Amino acid sequence: MTVSTELELQSFVLLRLGERRFAISAKEIAELVAPSRVFRFPHRTPKLEGVILRRGRIVPVCDVSEMLLGKRMTSLRFYLIVVRNYGAHKEWVAIPVTGECELINAEMTAAVESDAPHVAGWLSHDGDVIEVLNIDTLTPGPERALAEAAGRQRPEAQS
Amino acid sequence: MRLAAPAKTTPVKTEQIVLFRVSGQLFAISSASVQEVRSADSLSGAATEISAPGLRKVRHVLRRGDRSLFIVNGAMHFGLHAAEGAQLFVLRKTRTALLIDGIEKMTSMSRLQALPLSFCHEERQWYRGLTALDHTVLPVVHPEGFLSLEELALLDAALLQMDKPASEDPEGTGCAQ
Repeated sequence: MTVSTELELQSFVLLRLGERRFAISAKEIAELVAPSRVFRFPHRTPKLEGVILRRGRIVPVCDVSEMLLGKRMTSLRFYLIVVRNYGAHKEWVAIPVTGECELINAEMTAAVESDAPHVAGWLSHDGDVIEVLNIDTLTPGPERALAEAAGRQRPEAQS
Repeated sequence: MRLAAPAKTTPVKTEQIVLFRVSGQLFAISSASVQEVRSADSLSGAATEISAPGLRKVRHVLRRGDRSLFIVNGAMHFGLHAAEGAQLFVLRKTRTALLIDGIEKMTSMSRLQALPLSFCHEERQWYRGLTALDHTVLPVVHPEGFLSLEELALLDAALLQMDKPASEDPEGTGCAQ
């Protein structure tokens, strides 16, 4: 392996959702935790199931299976806790996943314009081409709510 | 022998809260925000029906002198299964009276955690934050989050409409007797 190739390798965590695998940059992972009780309360943000308690922190649980697979998974067993950026502020978000995760080193091909917004890039591993997820566009946040509100107002403004 | 000076302990700042249920779901509210607790039965006769377009959660208004308190059905506000509501919280410094199932208990919380930023819709107006209490997590409601300024304007307009027939009655049927 040459020095230049070594420099391009990055660490990723591979997660499983049903039969499919996805990757997240290891820098964005806090930990993988066993199932814990989800506390639910009324709210209006899609994809959020509730919150879990982890080391005294209250962590929102965001189910991304429907967005990534087109159907909701019911057999999600672990929570992958990722770090979500809100500008300069960072917060933990728990993503339910099907099985245990794997740490790999791989070279990422950056996403292109035609890729979905939640795709940060692509990597090749074990003969599979795997989507690298962009946590900031995959999980809800104020910037997405503002964009959704603007989208809802646009047709009204035209009428 | 000199004894070590006792370590200074900073008293943990706590806040008294009331835990209450709406359609089976548990919520918390600062006890300082609750001015009065009444039985829903005691309202019969005291409350007047009101109807504001698109605002189904408010069906009644309580008149107290020149002040009007809008009775918000907690279950409808939070989008929970409809419940009649057995008790009423009159919320301090607001024009809201909140219809709830009942009070669970009074306790205190030592830490209020901000609502995570992932929660980015109406709930940001509803809740001051979340608190962990007895191995559970509860939303702490914002007393001013039950009626927005737009909703209050709608309700005020409905009130004006209700008052109009009496004040604009040229025959003065109310005074004729």
